[in-house]
Parts: sequence; C-alpha cells; structure tokens
Amino acid sequence: MVESRPWLTFLTHAILIAGVVVIAFPIYVTFVASTHTLEDITTAFPYLPGDQLIANYTKALTLGPRDVGATVGTMMINSLIMALGITFGKISISLLAAFAIVYFRFRFRMFFFWMIFITLMLPVEVRILPTYEVAADLKLLDSYPGLILPLIASATATFLFRQFFLIVPDELCESVRIDGGGPLRFFWDILLPMSRTSIAALFVILFIYGWNQYLWPLLITSDEGYYTLLIGIKRMLDVGEGQAEWHIIMAATMLAMIPPVLIVICMQKQFVRGMTETEK
Amino acid sequence: MADVNLRNVTKSFGKVEVIHGISCDIDDGEFIVILGPSGCGKSTLLRMIAGLEKITGGEVAIDGRVVNAIEPAERDVAMVFQNYALYPHMNVFNNMAYGLKIRGMAKEEIKRRVLHAAGILELTEFLERKPRQLSGGQRQRVAMGRCIVREPKVFLFDEPLSNLDAKLRVQMRLEIRKLHENLGITSVYVTHDQVEAMTLGDRLIVMDDGRAVQIGSPLEVYSRPSTRFVAGFIGSPAMNFLKARVSADGRQVAIANDIHLPLPGPAPSDIRSREAILGIRPEHFEVVDAGGVMLDLVVDHVEILGADTLVYGRVGDAAAELTIRLPDVHDFKASAGLSLAVPTGRLHLFDPHDGRRLDV
Repeated sequence: MVESRPWLTFLTHAILIAGVVVIAFPIYVTFVASTHTLEDITTAFPYLPGDQLIANYTKALTLGPRDVGATVGTMMINSLIMALGITFGKISISLLAAFAIVYFRFRFRMFFFWMIFITLMLPVEVRILPTYEVAADLKLLDSYPGLILPLIASATATFLFRQFFLIVPDELCESVRIDGGGPLRFFWDILLPMSRTSIAALFVILFIYGWNQYLWPLLITSDEGYYTLLIGIKRMLDVGEGQAEWHIIMAATMLAMIPPVLIVICMQKQFVRGMTETEK
Repeated sequence: MADVNLRNVTKSFGKVEVIHGISCDIDDGEFIVILGPSGCGKSTLLRMIAGLEKITGGEVAIDGRVVNAIEPAERDVAMVFQNYALYPHMNVFNNMAYGLKIRGMAKEEIKRRVLHAAGILELTEFLERKPRQLSGGQRQRVAMGRCIVREPKVFLFDEPLSNLDAKLRVQMRLEIRKLHENLGITSVYVTHDQVEAMTLGDRLIVMDDGRAVQIGSPLEVYSRPSTRFVAGFIGSPAMNFLKARVSADGRQVAIANDIHLPLPGPAPSDIRSREAILGIRPEHFEVVDAGGVMLDLVVDHVEILGADTLVYGRVGDAAAELTIRLPDVHDFKASAGLSLAVPTGRLHLFDPHDGRRLDV
C-alpha cells in the first residue's frame, strides 16, 4: 500500500519517532547515570553523559558493587554460560526430539508428541517447586548444570522443528537411504544444514530467553560465584538503609544489555530469513 | 548389471491390498517400463524393488539374490525421483558425490567418476552450482548423474520427466534412451505417459488396479492388447469401442445397426454368435471410394492438428460414436458423409464382461 499524502507521511513519522523516544529515553537515562559519579546523579540529575564512563565500568567489571561479593565480570560470564547452555541445549534436544517424532514410527509416537506439546502450557513458574526439589536432590544447586538443565526442554522449539521437518520432502530421506546412509547421517548431512536458518532464528530467541532468566537462577544460587547478572543487579539494590551505588548499577545494566543486542545485530539477517523463508 | 525377478509380489497397506501378485523376469540390461494410470500401484511396485516399501508377499530378487529383507543401500540400486530429491544445500558435485562418500570411496576415484558422469550429461560447467540455480532439465540431469556415478546394478526411474515442459521432455527422453544404450544397466522406469513408455521400453508392464494386465514389447502391447483396458490406455486418441455381435459362421462381426465387417479368418467356435466389444484404433481407418464402403460416417466436427486431422462422427445410428485420425490436412464439413474401411487385421475383439481379448 503506497500512498503519497504529505500529512500521512508526517503522521506516521511522528508516531514512529514518539515510539522510539519512549523506548530509547530510559536507556539514555541509564547510560547518562552510568557515566557520572554517585554524588552527581543523586543531587541534580544531569542531562548529558559525564566523564566517569571508564572509571565506573572498570569498577563494575573488576571490583563489583558493595555487598554482592561478585564482580559484574563474573556475573556476565555466568549469565553467558547459562544463556548459551540453555540455547544450545534446547536446540539440540528439540532437533533430536522433532527428528524422532517426524521420521520414526514408534509406539505412542503421537502420545509423546502431544505430551511435549501440552507442556507448552506450563510455564517454569508453575512447576518451579517440584523442579527445585528435583534439582536439590540431584545436588544441582549452585552449579552450572543446575542453572541450565531444568530449562533445557523446549516444546516450542520441538514444535517448530517438527513443522519444518514435515515440509522437507520424503524423497530426500529415501534418497539418502538408497545412497547408503543411515538415519543419523541423514540428520547430520541433510536435515541439519537445511534447518540452519530456523536454527539461527531460534538461537536469537532462545539466547535472549536464557539471558533474561530471573526466577530460576534466583532460587537455586546462593553462592555468589554462580550469580547471574540479572540477579546481581537485583542484589545491588538490596542495600537496606544505605545508599545504592546507582552509577555502578546503571553500568551493570548497560553491560547486561550488550550481549542480547549484539546477538540480535549480528544475526538479524539469518533471523529474518529463518522466520520467513524455507530452503527447499 | 543384473537381472531382476519379481515373483508373485504383493503389497498391502493395513488390510487393503494394493498390489495383487505381480510376476515378471527382467533380463540383464533390459529397459522395462511400468505403465499405468494414477493410483494403479506402479510407483509402489518400483519402491518395493528399491526397498523403500516393505514387500508383503512374494519375492523380489536382484542378480539372483532375494532382497526382501535387505536394506535399500545394500541392494545396489539407484533411483531418480519424480521431484529429483536433490540435496538443496549441496552443489552439483557434492550431490553426485554424496552416495560415494557415504560408501567411503577414495577422493580421487569419486572425482574421476563425478567428472566422467558430468561429462556425459554436459554438467561440467555447473558443478559448483546449487540445485536452485539450475533449470528443470539440468536438475533432472543431476539426478541421473547421481545414479550414474554409483554404477549400480539397477536404475529405477519414478516418473522422472513429469515435471519438465513438453519440449524438454522429448529431449530428455532421447537422452535417457541413449544413456541406457551406452551404459546397458538394467532399468525400471515408471510412467503414466504412453509415449515415454512406447519409445523407451524394451518391454512394458501395463498395470491396472494393482495387477499387471499385460507384459510385452511396446509393439505387442499396441497391436495385440490383452484386455480392453490396455487397448483403451495405449494409443492416442483412445481406441474406439463399439458394441458388436460375431456372426454364426465367425467370419464377420456386426455393429449394432447391421453394418458388417469381415474378420480375418473364421473365429474359433467359442466366440461365434456372441456379443463382443469391437475395438478399432482411430489411426487405422482409411477413407475409401464409395464402392468398397464398409462404414458410413457422418462427421460431427473436425480438429486439424497440422500433421494429422481428427474427425469425430457417428456411424449409422447415434449410439456408435467414432474418432478417426487421418494423416495430413482434411477440412470436412460437419454432417458430411465419409466412407471408411478398416483392414481386417486391425480389428480387436474383447469380451463385453471381463474385457479380455478374444483372439480371432
């Protein structure tokens, strides 16, 4: 729909700009706050970035805020390990699950598929107590597997890959069989390369999902060495009577935004392709 | 290089039997075409030879070895699929080399074979391209190349030309025939296109509803169809069928309105004085002078194809409609009269109930 009416162009741009401002302004405030000393921002809030950028960020990354006991650097690494662990785990497990459901004829196949599908309706919060119990019994508290494993099953990704596999022509599988390859070879040589755009799209979504996990890491980590960044930020605010170190907190917040933003920017093209086209 | 033997092969999906016992011995180096309408089970039969469908009953043997329980890969067959089934993310070279790589063949040997096949199929300049960058005919050739490099015992083709346009189809048909003559590998080819079947096959298996109704050379199937189904299926336009009655002396056959056509010889006693279906191919009519008239046709309409002319009309009463095909251009007017003759050897008689051929 292409229309050339000047006032319409003006209106659409005005709405878009307003939207951008609404979203960008808090980020700008955060950024400004992270570049000043604590005194500057607690007295009269400045409008322009200050000169404490390097000092604040270095302090956040190396020393960390008071009372938390871990540097932002450590917490970022923890977050990264968790996010990547969840992403790769979810993708590999759901790929294999979808492969099994689509290409193998086993007893109760559809039953299992619907079981997986039904779990879509159960968010982490609903099953969090039993999951905690299981994780505790398996001695997974305060460990990377404990952060990653309980979140690794994904009905959404399984479903997405199933739908993709269903439209892959059967002849490809038959052709591999005649060429002399087994099921795993078909999976590895044909199916996996063909699904790479879907995998890329899922990677973006799942990485952000993993990075933003809050409740689960909060429950199972008590050792500061395993804090993720989002928990760290929350802990930084719990200072009781004292003054929160806003400049450090804001620096940590800015740092927390960087990995997801980077992922989205770098994988934007694949993400869009994965959502829109399928190679056949 | 191998012979293929089908011994009373049957296939059921659940309780529904779709192949009702087919037997055929395919010789080493022979080109067999399985021909039939959609849903007659021809692709299923091919897939059973390939090993992609389980064989419910009977035996399939390749090179003397019964392969019922053997995986497709072990049967040493190669297959061209209707949609080619090229691996979309691999270039042409890798598509052709894939089957060899799986088998763990040495790199140099793979390269030699792929380049050789690409040379035969004129694909050398496309080796680096992905399938989606190729035209339909080129994809088709890649699919064949993938089979050639394997040097299998048997080639299987599942309607390989049905996705090509008419001109390309004719060209690829010739290429497949030439390829077969050069390589001499036993081939089984499934199609519903009778022109492909007639031109490619050393022998045809004509299938109808899960049964092999006739197995024979293309000419045999054309000139002595074993059932009314085969007669109607082979030949275009389709054969004319008329209700008829064989005379008591078995020397002639009467069409409904007392038009008599002589039979080549006295018919055997069991087909005298009985109802029959008379079949005459459109191309076997001859226009004759009024003197030797056997059939008087009233023209309904005419289709001029350039090389041929198709004439649709009625004989005597309205019940008997005929299509005739005459070489060259004829511009008959509607409701004009035509005098036609048919060589006695070109008449076919079929049983009106079960459709089997009645030999005169």
